[in-house]
Amino acid sequence: MKIIACIKQVPDSEAKVKAEGGQVTWGDAPLVINPFDEYAVEGALQQKEALGGTVTALCIGPESAKEALKHALAMGADEAILVSDPALANLDSVGAARILAVAIKKIGDADMVIFGRQTLDDGSGVTGAQTARVLGWPLLSLAASIKVQDGSVTVDRVIEEGRQTVSGKLPAILSVVQSIGEPRYPSFMGIRKASKATIPVWSLADLSENAPASVVARTELMNPPSEEVVCEIISGETPEAIAETLADKILAEKVL
Amino acid sequence: MKSLVYIDHFKGEVQPASWEALGLAKSLGTAIAVVFGKDAEAVAKTALEYGADEVLLADDPALEDYRGETYASTLSALASSSTPDLILFPTTTRTRELAGMSAVDLNSGVLVDITGLESEGDPSTALRVIATRPIYEGKVLEKTVCNAKPQFVTIRARNFPKAAYEAGRAGTITKVEAKTDALTKVEGYSATEAAVNLGDASVIVSGGRGVSNNPSLTPPNGMDEKQAELWRAQQGFALVTDLAKLLGGAVGASRAAVDAGYITYAHQVGQTGKVVTPDLYIACGISGAIQHLVGMRNAKLIVAINKDGDAPVFKQARYGVVGDLFQILPALTEAMRKKLGK
Repeated sequence: MKIIACIKQVPDSEAKVKAEGGQVTWGDAPLVINPFDEYAVEGALQQKEALGGTVTALCIGPESAKEALKHALAMGADEAILVSDPALANLDSVGAARILAVAIKKIGDADMVIFGRQTLDDGSGVTGAQTARVLGWPLLSLAASIKVQDGSVTVDRVIEEGRQTVSGKLPAILSVVQSIGEPRYPSFMGIRKASKATIPVWSLADLSENAPASVVARTELMNPPSEEVVCEIISGETPEAIAETLADKILAEKVL
Repeated sequence: MKSLVYIDHFKGEVQPASWEALGLAKSLGTAIAVVFGKDAEAVAKTALEYGADEVLLADDPALEDYRGETYASTLSALASSSTPDLILFPTTTRTRELAGMSAVDLNSGVLVDITGLESEGDPSTALRVIATRPIYEGKVLEKTVCNAKPQFVTIRARNFPKAAYEAGRAGTITKVEAKTDALTKVEGYSATEAAVNLGDASVIVSGGRGVSNNPSLTPPNGMDEKQAELWRAQQGFALVTDLAKLLGGAVGASRAAVDAGYITYAHQVGQTGKVVTPDLYIACGISGAIQHLVGMRNAKLIVAINKDGDAPVFKQARYGVVGDLFQILPALTEAMRKKLGK
């Protein structure tokens, strides 16, 4: 079984992200592997353990994104590949999907490609589905569990209305949700291996591709209006008295 | 501007934000509803009652279950022939994929989970829209455009007014061809993980780690420490659920409560969970990590109940109670019950 986990590097979720001078900034907060993508790596490693094979971590990003790939290696991925090119700086999701599809083909012989459900930065959560569309492969998204048998994959997926069981033939594109299992911590051996690993960097020339024309463009960046909320603390002699006052306040706001 | 509006439904149950997408399309010009499914005529008729200028209906056994590949092929064919400027969707697990895949087919792009939209220039002649969407978990907002046609846009629930409903309003329902080239098979469905739809809820009552801290409860004999904690949390969330039910709302939770195993992930508000915009949000035993605050701060009215008066949640709340939620919450439920005459 050859499994590819697609990951991205994002600012840590604790980072104070702001719009400053038309750019998104996050001070000196660290860049990390997108937390949702850790589940993708975890799901891939589980399948490798169950079925044998290899896990390749794949990432589009700047040179610094090698750190995110090293995290995947430390968790247990066998190899990592970074697609990096200055011409990919403002890639939209369709463009990213087209590049990922080419890289997946160049890696070759993949049985499963696993994505996280979305990224913390853009948060669109569409790239996995779009990559499936570009490749013409089955899409099995939002998987809480994965089962491979006889060249097919079956997942239990989490949707608004409950759980759905969906199957498709391999090769297939999957995305996973948190229920797949807590991402394992990198082992000491894993960290040592990752620190020594050489991560190949593929440019657009290496992929024999031109930069995709991104049609989605940002025109403005803003900080959310900071509303100064003054909290009125409700007090009273008894819980009942407090509840009485609070209920009246809520009803007076006419939100119900 | 001519828009297609995708009416998202699951076995005939329409995601309410579909009508918000329809309302938005009508404010921009011509609004043609698009309905896919098997025996989905009732949904099509409802779309007319919500004011759709026309409904395009692909009704086919192959479309009984949503599958990205068949639905995207059907939508892409439809969009190629009807050449809309805009295709609007409510943001759901299905439409993120559907819009994204169809955008691949048509060499366009998709603006996902937007909270604001303006037409560029004079609305009567404008052909391009500028969308506002929260990024970085709502820490930053961007304005963004799609420089190709059709522009695919999915809207976040409860950020746009619903289209007006007029019972019995009739109109044209045009049958269109379904594409049936399937790559996946839906094997089964269960509603076991009680459907939680925080995005559409007008009231959310949420619990945090604090819900397991009721010292007056004695767990049944034979439980270890963790079991006792979960047992306590269950009692706490029962109080949260009582109030949510009374107000016709949904039960939310902080990440800490979800991580501790008190409640399923589907209930999580904030950062890695969901951004919600209810009319009323009541936070119980939630201290207010930044991720949680980002997830709920756009609620119209926020009420916080917490025993720690310094908890950050009070910085976002309009009303606060510094006290024991195990006393306050039942009393509040009772007071509301009386006042609402329920």
